[in-house]
Amino acid sequence: MSGEEAAGMPGPAPDERPQPEGRRNLEGHRIDPVVEAEHDSRRAVISALVEDEPGVLARVSGLVSRRQFNIESLTVGPTTVEGHSRITMVVEETDPGIDQIEKQMAKLKPVISVGEVSGSAVTSELVLLKVHGEEPDKVHAVSEMYDGQTLDAGPETITVQLTGDESKIDDAIDAFDQFGIIEIARTGQTALARGNIPTAPGEKPGTAGEPTTPNTQ
Amino acid sequence: MSDSAAHPREDDPDADPASDRADADDPGTADPTGEENRPDGETPTAVSTGAESVVAALEAAGAETAFGVQGGAIMPVYDALYGSSIHHLTMAHEQGAAHAADAYGVVSGEPGLCLATSGPGATNLVTGIADADMDSDAMLALTGQVPTEFVGNDAFQETDTVGVTRPITKHNYFAGDADSVGDVVGEAFELSRVGRPGPTLVDLPKDVTLDDTEESPGPAEAPAGTDPNPRAREDAVAAAARAIEEADRPLCLFGGGVIKGEASDAARKFARTHEIPVTTTMPGIGSFPEDDELSLSWAGMHGTGYANMAITHTDCLIAVGTRFDDRLTGGIDTFAPEAEVVHVDIDPAEISKNVYADYPLVGDAGTVLEQLLDAIVEEPDADEWREQCQEWKETYPMTYATPDDEPLKPQFVVEAFDEATDDDTIVTTGVGQHQMWASQFWTYTEPRTWVSSHGLGTMGYGVPAAIGARVAADAMGDTDRDVVCFDGDGSFLMTMQELSVAVREDLDVTFAVLNNEYIGMVRQWQDAFFEGRHMASDYNWMPEFDKLAEAFGALGIRVDGYDEVAPAVEEALEYDGPAVIDFHVDPEENVLPMVPSGGANGRFALTEDQL
Repeated sequence: MSGEEAAGMPGPAPDERPQPEGRRNLEGHRIDPVVEAEHDSRRAVISALVEDEPGVLARVSGLVSRRQFNIESLTVGPTTVEGHSRITMVVEETDPGIDQIEKQMAKLKPVISVGEVSGSAVTSELVLLKVHGEEPDKVHAVSEMYDGQTLDAGPETITVQLTGDESKIDDAIDAFDQFGIIEIARTGQTALARGNIPTAPGEKPGTAGEPTTPNTQ
Repeated sequence: MSDSAAHPREDDPDADPASDRADADDPGTADPTGEENRPDGETPTAVSTGAESVVAALEAAGAETAFGVQGGAIMPVYDALYGSSIHHLTMAHEQGAAHAADAYGVVSGEPGLCLATSGPGATNLVTGIADADMDSDAMLALTGQVPTEFVGNDAFQETDTVGVTRPITKHNYFAGDADSVGDVVGEAFELSRVGRPGPTLVDLPKDVTLDDTEESPGPAEAPAGTDPNPRAREDAVAAAARAIEEADRPLCLFGGGVIKGEASDAARKFARTHEIPVTTTMPGIGSFPEDDELSLSWAGMHGTGYANMAITHTDCLIAVGTRFDDRLTGGIDTFAPEAEVVHVDIDPAEISKNVYADYPLVGDAGTVLEQLLDAIVEEPDADEWREQCQEWKETYPMTYATPDDEPLKPQFVVEAFDEATDDDTIVTTGVGQHQMWASQFWTYTEPRTWVSSHGLGTMGYGVPAAIGARVAADAMGDTDRDVVCFDGDGSFLMTMQELSVAVREDLDVTFAVLNNEYIGMVRQWQDAFFEGRHMASDYNWMPEFDKLAEAFGALGIRVDGYDEVAPAVEEALEYDGPAVIDFHVDPEENVLPMVPSGGANGRFALTEDQL
């Protein structure tokens, strides 16, 4: 197509038009000193109180995969309120990404409340480790160092249970590595907020807290 | 999927769900409006089976029309529809049922309703459900399912419908028992329309619909916490109002949410009161009259040059009910790069999802626009800006050439229909070049007159959508309104079997096929970006659509030249029933202006060589 004969509409060509100087970054922020914020990703623990109905885990995991959120772990378990479960997710995302996870999860019908657990939350993970059993005394000593429990010991393998926060678990795994780790199973982090702060923001105190009393609402 | 004689879907032929109807057990909650439509005079809430409970719930929720296709697992529900006040239209294909229901909802403002059986019936609905999801259209899909005891066993016509449709529904349900199924259906119907609308689905195992129950459904209610507060926070409104007051170049961007939120009047009042120029998104077409001086028509990939100039240079973008789709924004780095963004949306997850909102206002479009209207004390000083916007209209006019030595231009056909019809005419389209011309060269002035597939971009949407739109208009008593479906040759061929429904129901719809013997938008992109290699885009193998229309029992007309256009348009519009005009248009015509994918809105191409 030659430029002169090409059919089209009248008006100045793209290069002949005024163009603004400004730009936005990939997150849609205007790049100027006031709002400029190139976000680094960070780890966040998201806790959600959900109705324990069929498919709720599929809804949450489907959301995470469809929207390409970076997720490290996801745990789910019942609460003391019948029909309510807690889902705890560890994600690695930018602040806007974490915001989106919370907002998109809040739109899922079975999600009662959801939010990031504040940095001072109590977090813990359970790990089962199976190592070679040639040096049972040494395995036992390392296990004691990390408050581990021996669940199974045989002539060839020893299986140890460890609990703790992420840094303790990482250290323990490094220490057990010397025996040769045959198999490992980790639950992923689960978390609760400290003190009187609700774990999932907006979570009404007592919705999961009535000890051993079923929800009769 | 309705040919059950040749391909039996019935897996429980002995069942007779209608044989044991119970008398009214709770006349106090009966819906009096449905009573006279019941042939046996029983109160509509008296049910004896799960299926009857489903239908009673639909009637109580206000459903008037359903589109669907029969089949084995959904038969009990169909049987319960026998004698119901709900008007059911059998469609030729379940995809058509979903699109018709979607369009019915767009035109009527009430959730559309579609039905299909299990397995292929349900999977055929999927495209239509995904389309409704992307365009936030309220719709309830009811699907039959194999009996509960067979679920998971790969039974005949079994599909994990809840699993398949989970990511494309607002929420979906697997009905567990006959006692609760009516309430579940009522809840799903309501949920589809509260807050940000969207499709919902209830999967109905056959044993659940056949089972006995005496539990009449209660009033349909959306689940707790799903109907959001319509008002935005006052402090946020005040902050946004200050930003608008201080703006030099304010611009409204009205999206589909303005129409869904019945906020067109509030939007008009807002823009006119403060004399703020208006552009819309494609789904927002009709929210603001395009013949208003403040209107810049719609922005985005094939939007007007003046809309795209305005959106590029605004310093305060008041965006209402839009999710900042990439077809609107182009490259995000150059989208309204100097604008503070006021974003009004009912869905908090849309705030700062694609474009950062300096002033997020979460609430109902109409309510928040009223709040903003009241909160703005000083008018923005925008005389120069308004002049600039008018100047851009003159600099970048939407024109096309009609040289004698070239074939009929498709834009001419769109304009001919616009001139021959009233402002309340409903336009439906498929997807492709014809869709863009139908949106560019028709002047829309009223909400719910533009019915198209935006987010999903579903070729084939136009024909079933025209059927749904016609039925909705007729149900609203607007039998005099015209319904015009613009379609492309490729798009029309995908769902034209629904023409049989239009003929059967004697629906007054004009189908204008802009036939360029190409899957034209692909051909345009191939010319621009793939060095003209027309791989699989050449559609010179099309049937003669006018003759095919006649075979269906519709009026068929073929048009090749300019002088034939006006008489054909007049004949088709005057014809009382479905008419198809096969317009053979210039195969080389391109849709312009065009912002290349990911490009800057302000650098739209006006000719092909600028791409």
